[in-house]
Amino acid sequence: MSEVLLEVKNLKKYFQVGKAQTLKAVDNVSFQIYKGETLGLVGESGCGKSTLGRTIMRLYHPTDGEVFYEGKKISGSVSKEENHECCRKMQMIFQDPYMSLDPRMKVVDIVAEGLNSRNSSMSRGEREMQVVRLMEMVGLQKEHIGRFAHEFSGGQRQRIGIARALAIHPEFIVADEPISALDVSIQAQVVNLLRQLQDELGLTYLFIAHDISMVKYISSRIGVMYLGSLVELAPSGAVFDRPLHPYTQALLSAIPLPDPRAEKNRSRIVLEGTVPSPVNIPEGCKFCSRCRYATDECKKSTPQFRQVEEGHWVACHRYANQ
Amino acid sequence: MSLLEVSNLHISLRTQDSVVKAVRGVSFSLEPKDTLAIVGESGSGKSMTVKGIMKLLPKAGRVTDGKIVFDGTDITQFGERQMRKLNGSEISMIFQDPMTSLNPTMTVGKQIMEVLHEHKKMSAQNQKARAVELLSLVGISSPEKRFGQYPHQLSGGMRQRVVIAIALACDPKILVADEPTTALDVTIQAQILELMKSLQDKISTSIILITHNLGVVANIANKVAVMYGGEIVESGTVDDIFYEAQHPYTLGLIASIPKIHEESVTLKTIPGTPPDLIDPPAGCPFAPRCDKAMKICHLRQPENKQISGTHRSACWLQHSMAKQAAEKEEHHE
Repeated sequence: MSEVLLEVKNLKKYFQVGKAQTLKAVDNVSFQIYKGETLGLVGESGCGKSTLGRTIMRLYHPTDGEVFYEGKKISGSVSKEENHECCRKMQMIFQDPYMSLDPRMKVVDIVAEGLNSRNSSMSRGEREMQVVRLMEMVGLQKEHIGRFAHEFSGGQRQRIGIARALAIHPEFIVADEPISALDVSIQAQVVNLLRQLQDELGLTYLFIAHDISMVKYISSRIGVMYLGSLVELAPSGAVFDRPLHPYTQALLSAIPLPDPRAEKNRSRIVLEGTVPSPVNIPEGCKFCSRCRYATDECKKSTPQFRQVEEGHWVACHRYANQ
Repeated sequence: MSLLEVSNLHISLRTQDSVVKAVRGVSFSLEPKDTLAIVGESGSGKSMTVKGIMKLLPKAGRVTDGKIVFDGTDITQFGERQMRKLNGSEISMIFQDPMTSLNPTMTVGKQIMEVLHEHKKMSAQNQKARAVELLSLVGISSPEKRFGQYPHQLSGGMRQRVVIAIALACDPKILVADEPTTALDVTIQAQILELMKSLQDKISTSIILITHNLGVVANIANKVAVMYGGEIVESGTVDDIFYEAQHPYTLGLIASIPKIHEESVTLKTIPGTPPDLIDPPAGCPFAPRCDKAMKICHLRQPENKQISGTHRSACWLQHSMAKQAAEKEEHHE
């Protein structure tokens, strides 16, 4: 097994809503990300996948639990130098390319913002050269360096967001739904760009998305979240060929395939009802209210997240004895 | 006779200092019980086309040419007043975002009754009974209780069911659904698609579905029209489009969807971006991004050619001389 780059241990992030209510957005999540891989994180809206990404990025303070980067603890309070180091090594790409770029800044200033804060002694010409290099790397024309964000299409804006994230040579990138706001043919362009950059620069990604079929293309492993917890984590091939958790099975079966003949003969697991509110989560297994295999045990005790095969983790009582 | 016949529809939008030619010569027909999917990327003119038909264009928009015949009546020149009688009763629409298409200050029951009051002149008691019946038709459990609730008390999937109930209140002949599942999660999307299919069997409405998700199209549609740059570039039955696609854009679109049961290789992409419709290209709108483009493609618009009984494609490659021309150009280079 290759080197562990980032480790998340029993991470919890709770939000206070109203007077005496707690929203458990991330509830006891543990996993590791290896150097050079892409871990895909999927789940429906409100399952806590973005909160998890943001907590790892230190945008939120965790309620409990720890995050380690190369063995060093980066969650909670850290020294100023360590904070500085973290910010350089970890960068984020955001979902909405329309909201994440300052409309009053030129592309050159957006991309160079990170460079300035790192290295204030850099000359103007040198800075511009760096920006041009980055723009070419992500497939933008260097003539557009003086344009504003609104002069670009959605896909091009996402490329600007990627160039900005790459400006200070990060090792680890959290991409939070980077393609969901884009059209299908543009999505494929951005996913291919991310893969190509990974090969060239040896990046490690945490790729958050709700479109599981696109996640498969980029990820070496996939984690499935439901109501704040990881329910399954496995190599991406295994998730698609042998999904173990009933939720993963339902999620895969719900994707409409672009193949009319297959669609006609497909039997689909249609989940009843909707996701329960994360404010008052049912006791026992979180999925038991919608699970077709639910037993009394599922309603009483929370299943452990355990490894049932090499590298295949699942939180379900059905696999307790394996 | 077709239920809806649209021929050579042109729609323009005025902006501050220019005119966007959003729809440029769209023609299609809809038979009873059809589900026609209009697919295309954002800005391809798919929403504008149906808004033009329903006279719901934004203020800056205008139908500049073409003919729309609904159920034997020419409705092209219909004014707002005449259209209001049709909209909601004969043709109704489901919008993309169930969060914003309901009135937050009215109970869902009231909102369904409003349509019945407007079009059916029923007694209040009958309206209420019909509203409850509609709520249970769209699969909402304990409809009497939900009748008195406000939209914010319902989840996204439930709200979309309410929107569908409102649209179906007067048994419309055509249901226009503009990206009805885009704002929903996949498991909820599956529920809504199942619901729309079962409802179509029960009440036999025709559906025009606008979407960019080809998976949804394969699941629900029987006819498909692919739009690009304000034109329909290819149309046919689902089988024509998914298995016999001819137009390079359709082929590119299908190739760029990840297939979940195949090994991961690099995704096929269509390089470049859609054309600027303020100054639309003289030739085929897809030519600048097309890898099979010939000289003629940049110069003149291709004719919409019949390929089989149901299948049409607007592409120069369908021309009888295409093969020779391509070989000749290759030779030249």
